[in-house]
Amino acid sequence: MNVTNPFYAALALIGNLASLAILYLLLAAEFLTAAQVLVYAGAVMVMFLFVVAYLGGRADAPWAGGPPLLRTAAVVAAAALLVEVVVVLGLAWGDDLQDPAQVADSFGSPAEIGALFLTDHLLAFEITSIVLLVAAVGGVVLGTTPEKEDD
Amino acid sequence: MDGPDIGWYLIVAAMLFGIGALGVMLRRSPLIVLLSLEIMLNASNLTLIAFARQRGDLTGQVFALAVMAVAAAEVAIGLGLIVAMARRRMVLDVDQASALRG
Repeated sequence: MNVTNPFYAALALIGNLASLAILYLLLAAEFLTAAQVLVYAGAVMVMFLFVVAYLGGRADAPWAGGPPLLRTAAVVAAAALLVEVVVVLGLAWGDDLQDPAQVADSFGSPAEIGALFLTDHLLAFEITSIVLLVAAVGGVVLGTTPEKEDD
Repeated sequence: MDGPDIGWYLIVAAMLFGIGALGVMLRRSPLIVLLSLEIMLNASNLTLIAFARQRGDLTGQVFALAVMAVAAAEVAIGLGLIVAMARRRMVLDVDQASALRG
């Protein structure tokens, strides 16, 4: 199967993000599950699909792997990354990766996360808001038409 | 804990990260590179949340939320850049866009 339209890639990623949301739920992260579905599978991917639709045929991404040497190097690097992580996991499996901590039912609820954000992690919260503001302003600046078009 | 051990989640995260890294390194369309970056960020988020559950410490979830916000910011800027590239009739190829002055 050979699909060049990134629209399908974005749709598949929405499925991936939704499945990850289920995994978050299994890990007792209710608030993050909601955030994942709303922010990621919702807002971010809608923006993505909007840009793909705006670009139309120009967004098509045919397979262009570059020179064979680079391609091989990329596959080797990714495989090395995977093997490394799996080996480290295998070494740590018996000790630290079993017997998870007992947690209360409220673990991961919006109330607990919110309380942490407004007490212990207040600085991170504020910095996050500034990062989002700067990104929004940057998006608007990048999106406006330049005064002198060179065409 | 109901469900599988933490290690399995970490293996899923490692596979997702590998797939994302492969996508970033192999594909040349900025849209696909951005999508692959999302996969990598989500893999790291899964790791953070898995360890948060394992240690019973909510700090990991707070950090995952911060990562989510940064990812949203990154997508906003990245898509803005792609639209700006398209407006200037540049080829949508990350190898071609090697100069800062368009």
